[in-house]
Amino acid sequence: MNILKFFTAGSVDDGKSTLIGRMLYDTDSILADQLEALQSSNRKNDDGTIDLAILTDGLRAEREQGITIDVAYKYFQTDKRKFIIADTPGHIQYTRNMVTGASTATLAIILIDARNGVVEQTIRHSYLVSLLGIKHVVVCINKMDMVDYSETVFSAITDKYRILAGQLNLKDVTFIPVSALKGDNVVQKSERMVWYGGESLLHFLETVEIEADDDVKLSRFPVQWVIRPQTDALHDYRGYAGRIAAGKFRVNDRVTVLPGGSSSVISRIEIFDQQPEEAQAGQSVTIHLKDDIDISRGDLIVNAENLPLQSKMIEADLCWMDTRALDPSLTYFLQHNSKLTRCKVSEIIYKIDINTLEKHSSDEFRLNDIGRVILKTADELPFDLYDDSRENGAAILVDSRNNLTVGAVMFRADVA
Amino acid sequence: MSRYNLDYLDELEAEAIHILREVAGQFEKPALLFSGGKDSITLVRLAEKAFRPGKFPFPLVHIDTGHNFSETIDYRDRMMQRIGEKLIVGYVQESIDQGKVIEQTGKNASRNALQTVTLLDTIAAHGFDACIGGARRDEEKARAKERIFSVRDEFGQWDPKRQRPELWHIYNGRIHKGENVRVFPISNWTELDVWNYIRREQIELPSIYFAHERDCIMRNGQWMAASPFLNMDEEDTIYHKKVRFRTVGDMSCTAAVESEADQIDDIINEISASKISERGARMDDKVSEAAMEDRKKGGYF
Repeated sequence: MNILKFFTAGSVDDGKSTLIGRMLYDTDSILADQLEALQSSNRKNDDGTIDLAILTDGLRAEREQGITIDVAYKYFQTDKRKFIIADTPGHIQYTRNMVTGASTATLAIILIDARNGVVEQTIRHSYLVSLLGIKHVVVCINKMDMVDYSETVFSAITDKYRILAGQLNLKDVTFIPVSALKGDNVVQKSERMVWYGGESLLHFLETVEIEADDDVKLSRFPVQWVIRPQTDALHDYRGYAGRIAAGKFRVNDRVTVLPGGSSSVISRIEIFDQQPEEAQAGQSVTIHLKDDIDISRGDLIVNAENLPLQSKMIEADLCWMDTRALDPSLTYFLQHNSKLTRCKVSEIIYKIDINTLEKHSSDEFRLNDIGRVILKTADELPFDLYDDSRENGAAILVDSRNNLTVGAVMFRADVA
Repeated sequence: MSRYNLDYLDELEAEAIHILREVAGQFEKPALLFSGGKDSITLVRLAEKAFRPGKFPFPLVHIDTGHNFSETIDYRDRMMQRIGEKLIVGYVQESIDQGKVIEQTGKNASRNALQTVTLLDTIAAHGFDACIGGARRDEEKARAKERIFSVRDEFGQWDPKRQRPELWHIYNGRIHKGENVRVFPISNWTELDVWNYIRREQIELPSIYFAHERDCIMRNGQWMAASPFLNMDEEDTIYHKKVRFRTVGDMSCTAAVESEADQIDDIINEISASKISERGARMDDKVSEAAMEDRKKGGYF
């Protein structure tokens, strides 16, 4: 059994919380005491049924305001798969929360209100999905009960969305007509939409193929920690501990250590008390090399035959996440895997209006702004393009004054 | 991170090990908070996987309420002997003796709330900049929104509105002096995941997790272990019950569930079928709907 992490964007009005609540409720993932708290709460739907949206509302401030203001993670499983939902608010002022929730997801659910069709926020959410490199998209056209379960309405919306998906280069898009409130096509296939030949949302989530997303030829291993017991019995033990960010490593592979470019051969791979012949992306392992090289935290071990880009000037997409605007005169920290280096934003190429996808020039970068910039780093960075590796192609900016995470960075090109 | 075909327990394990190694790499003086419960026992196992054959780059810290199940303390001492790492104990009794906290009175008196003060004092006394804990996001809805690296101010407070965005698998542990970070490596695990992992890894647990005979009394609709730490009076009737505990905490606030499950397979079956979540057996969460959020803001784990 594997895990599918998915991301949901949408505003309160689209019934996003109701949709998630419905999935949890109909898969029996709500426990008795939570249900009890739910029933004793005085928020009810107009027809007196339980308001399922309460299930995903976490913090008191949110309950008071009736909106979701952060990223909430929810967990459920069926006998086929485990699911982790990153549930985020959909309003434009929560763009940074959406970016955060989307960063670890492999699939996105975009909600469209059947009465309104493709609107400004649909464009915004779809753009973010494309920006963050989520490969699989499910467009749930919700509130079908409000449009008499009409196939014509559904088809008109899907036609329009396909144009948007083409613009944004979203390749794997699936459309499902649902009513989260009534439960149509969420867990069970609806009998009220016989014209719909596809699967229910849950069945789709259980069966969608999510393996092998990255390019397997890029082998990237950021060193987090060096294990040196320095005991008599293990005097020469020196293991490089980390989690493989991309690709595969095998015993006897020739590798290069960056920065520096020293080369060696993998002599042993350890996962605690096991010594596998190979290990792959996602696994936390300890790697031993044949030669004694000075390697420390922040170094990157890569396959010698497929080196990453190396540069101090990188073109990147930036999402600004702090209430204090970007200051181009300021030196920030750039955290890339286990490496920390100093960095400046040397140029703003353009900002993008994420409601219309129009690009325009700007001197400012404020909270929730997204655009293309050039980063200048103090140390040469071994990186890949975000489209080739989500792990080695992404970084965060940290404000050196208050240590806050202020920017999400996706590498797009080497500025040679 | 591309997925290929990692089994879910392997993926959760790899993520937790990555987080533990980030703590080692980013902090000067981390600590692992050990309660004797199954979640912190799982953390110890994960730390072995992250750092062996080296030593742990942090000590274990136990906040002792003085109202322990003796089985937990026995277990702790045997485990420490086996792993050969350093243990630091902070005593709630000392905080009481120093007048920093006042023992609660009345029928529902518990030392659970008092341990926050002892914890913060222990963190301050040793200068810990990161404390690893076994909290999970599926436990409670306030926890569902907490970061894996959760920054606390010098009063130990969590401000849900000032959380740092946490993107990809990049954890920002930079802090100012006086602040510290709570780190939750098993944030993405569910209760069932923890049990399945314990079974797979054949990890030993304190015996109170398994069904056993015990004298109990009924409090607020829940079975509590009869003990000198519970303020009992003539209205309380003692029943002899076969029970087990789903969490391990202070004896005065950890409720038992009636159970026949004396093997891990039976427990997993029971949880799979269960309709009461684990924190439902903790009386301290029942006070108000926002109980957990309030305690976290005050520095509770």
